[in-house]
Amino acid sequence: MKSSVITFPGSNCDRDMDVALKKFGFKNKMVWHDENELPKCDLVVLPGGFSYGDYLRCGSMASKSKIMKSVIDFANSGGLVMGICNGFQILVETGLVPGVLLRNKYLEFICKNVFVKIDNKDNPYFKNLDKEVFEFHIAHNEGNYFCTSDQLKEIEDNQQVAIYYSNEDGKTEEQFNPNGSTKNIAGIFNKKKNVLGMMPHPERMIDKSLSGEDGSVFFKNLISSIK
Amino acid sequence: MEVNEQVAIDHGLKKEEYKKICDLLKRTPNLTELGIFSAMWNEHCSYKSSRLHLKKLPTTGKKVIQGPGENAGVIDIEDGDAIVFKIESHNHPSFIEPYQGAATGVGGIMRDVFTMGARPIANLNSIHFGSPQHKKTKNLLRGVVHGIGGYGNCMGVPTIAGQTSFDSSYNGNILVNAMTLGLVKKNKIFYSKAAGLDKPVIYVGSKTGRDGIHGASMASASFDEKIEEKKPTVQVGDPFTEKLLLEACLELMAGDSIIAIQDMGAAGLTSSSIEMASKGNLGIEINLNKVPCRENKMTPYEIMLSESQERMLIILENGKENHAKKIFDKWNLDFAVIGKTTNSKNIELYFDDKQVANIPVNTLVENSPMYDRKWKKAKLPKKNSIKKEILNKLKIKDVLTKILSNPNICSKEWIWQQYDHTVMGDTIQKPGGDSGVVRVHGTNKAVAATVDSSAVYCWAHPLTGGKQVVCESWRNLISVGATPIAITNCLNFGSPENEDNMGEFVECVQGIGEASEYLKFPVVSGNVSFYNQTKDVGIKPTPSIGGIGLIKDYGQMITMDFKKNSNLVIVIGKTEGHLNQSIFARSILDEKNGPPPEINLFNEKNNGETLLQLIKENYVKSAHDISLGGILTAVCKMCIKGNKGIEFNKIIYSMSELEYLFSEDQGRYIIEINPSDLKEVTKILEKNSVHFDELGKIIDKHMIINQKTKVTIDELKSYYTNWFNNYMST
Repeated sequence: MKSSVITFPGSNCDRDMDVALKKFGFKNKMVWHDENELPKCDLVVLPGGFSYGDYLRCGSMASKSKIMKSVIDFANSGGLVMGICNGFQILVETGLVPGVLLRNKYLEFICKNVFVKIDNKDNPYFKNLDKEVFEFHIAHNEGNYFCTSDQLKEIEDNQQVAIYYSNEDGKTEEQFNPNGSTKNIAGIFNKKKNVLGMMPHPERMIDKSLSGEDGSVFFKNLISSIK
Repeated sequence: MEVNEQVAIDHGLKKEEYKKICDLLKRTPNLTELGIFSAMWNEHCSYKSSRLHLKKLPTTGKKVIQGPGENAGVIDIEDGDAIVFKIESHNHPSFIEPYQGAATGVGGIMRDVFTMGARPIANLNSIHFGSPQHKKTKNLLRGVVHGIGGYGNCMGVPTIAGQTSFDSSYNGNILVNAMTLGLVKKNKIFYSKAAGLDKPVIYVGSKTGRDGIHGASMASASFDEKIEEKKPTVQVGDPFTEKLLLEACLELMAGDSIIAIQDMGAAGLTSSSIEMASKGNLGIEINLNKVPCRENKMTPYEIMLSESQERMLIILENGKENHAKKIFDKWNLDFAVIGKTTNSKNIELYFDDKQVANIPVNTLVENSPMYDRKWKKAKLPKKNSIKKEILNKLKIKDVLTKILSNPNICSKEWIWQQYDHTVMGDTIQKPGGDSGVVRVHGTNKAVAATVDSSAVYCWAHPLTGGKQVVCESWRNLISVGATPIAITNCLNFGSPENEDNMGEFVECVQGIGEASEYLKFPVVSGNVSFYNQTKDVGIKPTPSIGGIGLIKDYGQMITMDFKKNSNLVIVIGKTEGHLNQSIFARSILDEKNGPPPEINLFNEKNNGETLLQLIKENYVKSAHDISLGGILTAVCKMCIKGNKGIEFNKIIYSMSELEYLFSEDQGRYIIEINPSDLKEVTKILEKNSVHFDELGKIIDKHMIINQKTKVTIDELKSYYTNWFNNYMST
C-alpha cells in the first residue's frame, strides 16, 4: 500500500505521520506542497501542524497550495484522503468536507488524551474494527466544529459523522466535549466517505511507551481494509 | 546627533565607560558606534558584573563536548549522538508584554540550539509570578502561558516539563526562563567561530524592523513607573517564520557550505557579527544597504540595534551562495550577502557608500568592562525551633489539604495542558513527573530533563540554596531512572550594584559550583539576568537549574505513580525533621525565619547513586524525590497519580509526627518495591550505608496514616487539582 503525506510550510506532524504509516506497512512518500502532481498512491494524508502559521484562518492558505488541486481531483475520483488536525482544517477550507472549525470554546490550546466513539463502520477507514470507543490524543486551538442546522441535518442523514468525543463507555454527552464542537463532533466524512477529517492524532498513539496504543489499532485496520 | 557624555548615559552607559570608549577609539564615537558599544557593554551581553564569578563554575567533564561560551552547551550521549541545550531568561520583556515576551523567549532559546545544528526535541520552562492575589498576576500568568504555548506549539517541539511558582517578591518583576534541548550528531555540530578571509557573510530569515531596538539594554535596567513606555523595546515573535528558518538551516547544514553560524538574539546584528569576528580573530565588513529591511528609511543605528526575531548570520564557503540561496528561497525566507570577512580585525559598516562605523572588535569584546562588585556575605540564620505545643494542636489532614492546595504545590495541569507535549512522537514522560523524558528518535535511549529553583532557600541562605537547587535537579533526574550528565543555569537576581543582591549572586554561584563539582554535574551553558527588581526592591534570588540525564534503555524509565497493591513504600535518606523554610512552616505556621535544610553532598551522591543501582537492577516500581512539602506531600502525589492508597506502618518517631511528615530534609526519595524484593533491596541499601525507613504498603484509594487519620485519595486529588482551575476561572 502506498501513501503520500503532504508537507506544507509550517506542517509539524508530517514526520510523526510518516513514522506511523511506515510502522504499519505503508510505503510512504513525503510530498512538498509546491509539487504539481501527487505520486501514485492509495492514501493521501494532510498532517497536523500550523500550515502558514495559521495566519488568515487555519488551513485557508494551505488549501490553495499547488498540490491541493491534485489532492482534490484524487478525492473527487474516490481516492482516500485523510486530514488530521490542521489537515482537517485544510479539508474544511477546500470544501471537501462540510462545516468549519472555530477556536476552542474556552479559548485555550488543549493537549490531552480523549475518548472518541465511532458511529458508523460502513466506510474504508473503520470497516473491520472490533471496537467502537478509542482513546486518542488531541492537541489543538481551533477544533470547535461548527455547521449550520441544515448542514447538520444533511450530515446526520448521510451518516457523515466519523467520530464523536465521548467518555470511555462511549457516552457522547456535552461534559465529554473538550472544545465546544457541535454535537461533540470530532471527525467527519464527505458524502462518499472516502475523505475523512478529524481533530485527534492517531499517529501519537502507536506505542505503549507513548500516550497509548489505540492509534496502532486504527492504522493496522486501515492498511488491511485498503488491501 | 552629536555624541557626548549625556547621550552615552542615555544609552545606559556609565560616565567612566564612556570615557573608556573614547580612550579605546582615541576619538569620540559617532551615534551608530555608541549604540554598538552600549549594546555590547550592557550587563546582558557583557556579563560585566558576573564574569569574575562565573569563571569559578566547573564546566568540564568526560561527557562535555562544549561548555559555556557558545550558543549553547553540548554533551555526549554516546553512539555518536549529542545533546545541545541551554536555558535563558526573558524576564523583563515578559513583564512588559507577557505574550510576546514569553513567546520570543522560547523562540530565542530554540534558535540558540538549532544554530548549532541540532533539531530541537524538547522545551522546558521555569516561570515565576507574584502573589496570586496581586492584581497583575492572573493576566501575566495567562499571557505567559499563551505565549510559551503559542510559540512552542507552532514550532512542533514538545514542552515536556517546567516549574511554576508564586511569591510576592515577583509582584513587580516576573521571571520567564525558557530551556531547549536539541539532538545532533557529534560530528555535525556548528559553531560561531568565523574563519578564512573574504568569505561571504550571509543574512537569512525575517526582515529587519524597528522592533526590539535596545531590548538588551532594557533588560539590563530596573523597572520604574515608566515601564509602559518600554513596550516598543519588546520584540514580536513569528513562530511560523522560525519553523521555516529551522528547516532551511538544517537543510543547509546537511551539506558542507557553512563555516560559522550565529543567531541574531540580544543586540541583533551587532552582537552576532561581532561575536563571530571576535571568536575567529577576524574583521567583518558589512554593507547595511544590503540588509533586508521591513520598514523604509531605517538608519544604520536602527539596523544594527534592531532585535527583530527569526534571523541568522552565516559565514559561507566561497561559491556556495547559490546553493544556499536556493534552500532559503524554497522556504520563502530572505537571503542576502551583506558583507565579507576581512583581516582588519575591525567591524566596518557602510551605508550609502559611506563608512558609518569602524571599531576594533577587541575593544567591544575583550576590553568590555568587568567589575568586581562589592558584595555582602550572608550569615546562616539561627535555627528557629518550633514549639511542640503548636505542632500538637494541628491535625495532619487539615495541614495536608492546605499544603496540597497551596499554589506552589498544587497540580499545574492547567498550564501544561496548553502546551503540546506529545508532538514528535517521542515523549515518554509528560509534564507533571519528576523530569520530562523524550526518546532519542529511533533508538532505545531517552533523555530526561528537569528545571528547578528554590528561591526561598536561596533567600534564607544563598550558599545552601545554590547547592540545593543543583541537588534537586540531580534527584529529579535519578527519580526517573536517568544518569545525570550536566546542567545549564539561568541566574535571576536583583541589582548587582546592591551589595546584598550581589552577595546573593556570588554565594548562590558558589553553592552551585560546589554541588556541581562534587556531583560531577558540570555547568555547560547558561545566562545571567540581573536588575530583576522594581525601584529598589529585588526579587528573591532565583537561580534556575536545567538538568539533563540519559536513560540508556527507556524500558527502565521510572514514573512516580504507585503501581500495585501490597507493594512496599520505602523512604530513602534520613529524615531529621527540618521545618525551617519549609512550605509547612511558611504557609501553615506563617513562620519565615531560620535556615534552609542543610545539604550533605556525600549523602546526596550516595543516596542518588544507590537508587540508580536499585533502578538498574529492576527493583524500583515507582520513585519520587522528596522536596517541597516533605514525605507526606510526595506520597500523596504518588497516590493521586497512580490512583492508589497507602497504609502507613506504625512508625516510632524520634520527632513529632508532623516534623517527620512535612520536614524538608534533603537527599531523600520515596520508592515502591515488590515485597519479595525487600531482602535484596535492604541488602543493597545497607551495603551502601544508605538510611531508609519502611513507610507502609500500597492499598486501594485510601490514605491511612494512623487510627485517627484516614482520607480518601479522591478527596486529596480534589484539593490537589482544584486550586488552579478555580483560580483561573474566577
